[in-house]
Amino acid sequence: MKAIVFALRSFRRELRSGEVLVLLAAIALAVGALTAVGFLTDRIGKAVARQANEVLAADLRLRSQEPITEEWRDLAHDYDLQTAETMSFPSVVFNGDESALATIKVVSDQYPLRGSVRISDTLFGEQRAVDGIPAPGEVWADGALLARVGADVGGTLAVGGLDLRVSAVLTYRPDQSIGFASLAPSLLLNIADISESGLIGEGSRVRYALLVAGDEQAVSDFNEAISDSLPESIRVRSQEDSSERAYNAADRAQRFLSLTAVISLLLSAVAVAMSARRFAQKRMDTVALMKSLGATQGFVISTSLVQLILLGVLGIVAGSVIGFVAEEALSRILIDLMQQSYLPETGLRPVVLASTSAMLLLLGFALPSIIQLRNTPPLRVLRHDAMPPAPSRILVGGLALAAVAALLYRSVGDARMLLILIGGIVIIAASLYLVGRGMVALLGRARSGVGVAWRYGLANVARRGRDSAVQVVAFGLGITVLLLLTLVRTDLLEGWEQTLADDTPNHFLINIQPHEVESVAALFEANNLDRPNFTPLVRARMTTINEESVKEREYPNEDGKWLANREANLSWTAELSASNELIEGEWWPADYAGPALASIEEESATNAGLKIGDRMTFFVAGREVEAEIASTRKVNWDSFQPNFFIVLSPGALDDMPTTYISSLRIPDASTPMLVDLVRAHPSISVIDLGAILEQVRGIIEKASLAVQAVFLFTLAAGIAVLFAAVQSTIDERRFESAMLRALGAKRRTVFAGVMAEFAALGTAAGVLASAGASVLAYLVATRLFELPYEFSPAIWLAGVSGGVLIVCISGYFAARGAVNARPADVLRGVST
Amino acid sequence: MVGPSGAGKSTLLALLAGLDLPTGGNVVLNTANLSELDEDGRAQLRAESVGFVFQSFHLVPSLNALENVMLPLELAGQSNARNAALEIIRKVGLGERWSHYPAQLSGGEKQRVAIARAFATEPAVLFADEPTGNLDSRTGANIMELMFELNRSSSTTLVLVTHDQALAERCDRILSLDIGKLVGDERVAR
Repeated sequence: MKAIVFALRSFRRELRSGEVLVLLAAIALAVGALTAVGFLTDRIGKAVARQANEVLAADLRLRSQEPITEEWRDLAHDYDLQTAETMSFPSVVFNGDESALATIKVVSDQYPLRGSVRISDTLFGEQRAVDGIPAPGEVWADGALLARVGADVGGTLAVGGLDLRVSAVLTYRPDQSIGFASLAPSLLLNIADISESGLIGEGSRVRYALLVAGDEQAVSDFNEAISDSLPESIRVRSQEDSSERAYNAADRAQRFLSLTAVISLLLSAVAVAMSARRFAQKRMDTVALMKSLGATQGFVISTSLVQLILLGVLGIVAGSVIGFVAEEALSRILIDLMQQSYLPETGLRPVVLASTSAMLLLLGFALPSIIQLRNTPPLRVLRHDAMPPAPSRILVGGLALAAVAALLYRSVGDARMLLILIGGIVIIAASLYLVGRGMVALLGRARSGVGVAWRYGLANVARRGRDSAVQVVAFGLGITVLLLLTLVRTDLLEGWEQTLADDTPNHFLINIQPHEVESVAALFEANNLDRPNFTPLVRARMTTINEESVKEREYPNEDGKWLANREANLSWTAELSASNELIEGEWWPADYAGPALASIEEESATNAGLKIGDRMTFFVAGREVEAEIASTRKVNWDSFQPNFFIVLSPGALDDMPTTYISSLRIPDASTPMLVDLVRAHPSISVIDLGAILEQVRGIIEKASLAVQAVFLFTLAAGIAVLFAAVQSTIDERRFESAMLRALGAKRRTVFAGVMAEFAALGTAAGVLASAGASVLAYLVATRLFELPYEFSPAIWLAGVSGGVLIVCISGYFAARGAVNARPADVLRGVST
Repeated sequence: MVGPSGAGKSTLLALLAGLDLPTGGNVVLNTANLSELDEDGRAQLRAESVGFVFQSFHLVPSLNALENVMLPLELAGQSNARNAALEIIRKVGLGERWSHYPAQLSGGEKQRVAIARAFATEPAVLFADEPTGNLDSRTGANIMELMFELNRSSSTTLVLVTHDQALAERCDRILSLDIGKLVGDERVAR
């Protein structure tokens, strides 16, 4: 109690004296940065995830072969969720005598709940996003469908018992399947028309869906509530369990943002660690005095702890305000740039998180020194060189590492990644320290051959031995992070965008009959376009695995069961596609002609519990085909190339009913040829990937924009680290420069010496930071983002010159005051 | 205690006050053997019966003059620390300046606060380590007057380390040290 009163009494004064301001600023900045990053990543992450939800046109989709009863819709409304209903089924569409099979998509008013439908006024014309759905009595028809039946916008199509006016060309709906199964082009129809159409009767193959969207928490609550009571006929799907490309991209965006958060965290940790160390050192004199006056160890510890916690709380409050204000400002800019009317709100979670993090860091880094303060010898009041024994290195390192690891784990959420990160940090810190010590020894020898300024500077580096090495570590870490943030981040983003290169296919052609291959190719050549590649496709059903029925077999998970039981798309090829990578087993030789072999995509192999040597039997058009699994592959689904879960060896599917698919890039100027294509080959479906590509690209761009905005904060934290490092030696510097000047050194000489010292420190830190950043970047790129990484000499150039520059500039500002202080004032001492 | 620099005056003072422990022998302070006490025990003893005045004042910069004087009173667990501190701070002539912080006080004023702080608990022994070393001679003389006066009125044992022979002459007993050895023990006749 006495201790608390004392701590409170002197705290106000200590605040005003500015002694603790560095620590306070470090904490406030840490909380500010973490809060802002937390808010932004949360909100942007949600926005990106919501965009990924477009592939469902909802956050959650309930689908069934039977009408979905109203109880589910009402339940969703009880959770304050929006709903929309859809039905889809195949039906023949007529224009006079011309007819074609279409996928009829019947939708209610609110459709789509996520994303938007795009239409155009002419075939393959300019497209635009629209709110809303076709009016009753009108339809929006896929261009391919119109081409096939020879109709155009303004014409009339007959569907079932209805005559419907075509009011626009449907170019994109968010939930259009880009799988090869949706052969028929779609026709979008208002649900109000459906009861009169007579299309839905006994035995019609209608898929009913209830779309649900709303607040994230409410959606997940709703999902939980229905999971037990839902009849088996209804299948629920949410974004998380979708393996669509858009989700992949959203997932990557999240990782980028998490990476930024991790970096802010590291910087904050370094800044807090350095200023906490200074805080403890500064308290030593007071502690010694209090002990000489009769204060017990308990009293000394309690007052220091109370003040530390007070500082923490104050820093957290200030930091939360900074973070909140910055986040508001940044999100306003982002809303503009992201062309979104709003970013999803988040609660106060990031504040709580950032505050807990900062407190954890503060205690993790400061606690050992504070606890050790109790051992400050009271003798220090008479002999200033009497110091408490240094706190146990294991305790200091262990506690700090535990605090950082706990926080990193929250951001990374993956033990392997955490180990890589921590390993990288520890290796860099250790090697920085070792090389720092080595350099100190070297410089000690070098100083006889240089001028007085350099001799003084280098002598300083050498004399401070351990401290110099610690400073090299601090600067080196700061610069490592800055390098990661600037150069490496740009490299990574470019690498990522390159996965969507300009020649990424933008159209799929599906359902090409074997006899049409040559005429389709000829049509492309006639339009001066490259001959497309044609990939064979055979539809089959898996019947047995190792002679066990696929229906009775046990699977590691639901996805595997689904994979084995669904109608499968098989293909064959002699050569492994460029977007595939062999993981295990061997690829068959180009001229292979033996018994059928299969290569299976690795994730589905895991899901279905399949391994090399397993035998699968397929039922294709009344015949059985057996194939042995010879290899597993990894598939880059982002490549927009035709890819298959299961690929067979050449010859295995000869004489089976085969169609071909092709993915190709058609320049915008050449799209009119598609009208000719579908008129000449009515059975071929053209799928425009442009909109989907644009969606993925949009996610990438938004994510990188967000990362850059967040980067500003991280940069501020980095500079704080550098200042904290210089600040920690300022008392010593002030005294030394005063002494030198009293001995007759010119101010300029003293200054040159100080700069020489900083330049030497900066070079060492820069070299080591460049090495560290290169290694970390390589690990992050290859292990986390699965992108190729090239070592860049720019990192070294920037690292070393940046190191010298940043350390010298920070040093200039920090040391200016020390050098300019009046020697008399300084030397007279700080007797209080 | 007098002697040239490095004679061991401050070391002896530190041992006497229990700030440090001897490697051999015992220090008995007010019947307590310091070597038998742990650190907190020695702190407790200091709180109860020892006062300090240092050459470089050693006030807590974040506390004002009054709070600095209250500190040992509170550490010794005295109730009514504030009134007691105010009374003694008036005695050292700083009644008007009690709310000032160390940085706002002159050297002489700082030492007055330090003296007030040392006498506040009415200690059995007061250790003073060159209390005038950082002051000009006139201020120093005033400070010493104050110390001797308080010493008399509160019948405290004053242990003074000094270079100033004149000052030493005013004490009852002069111990001379040189290179860690006691070389003289002189009683001054009054």
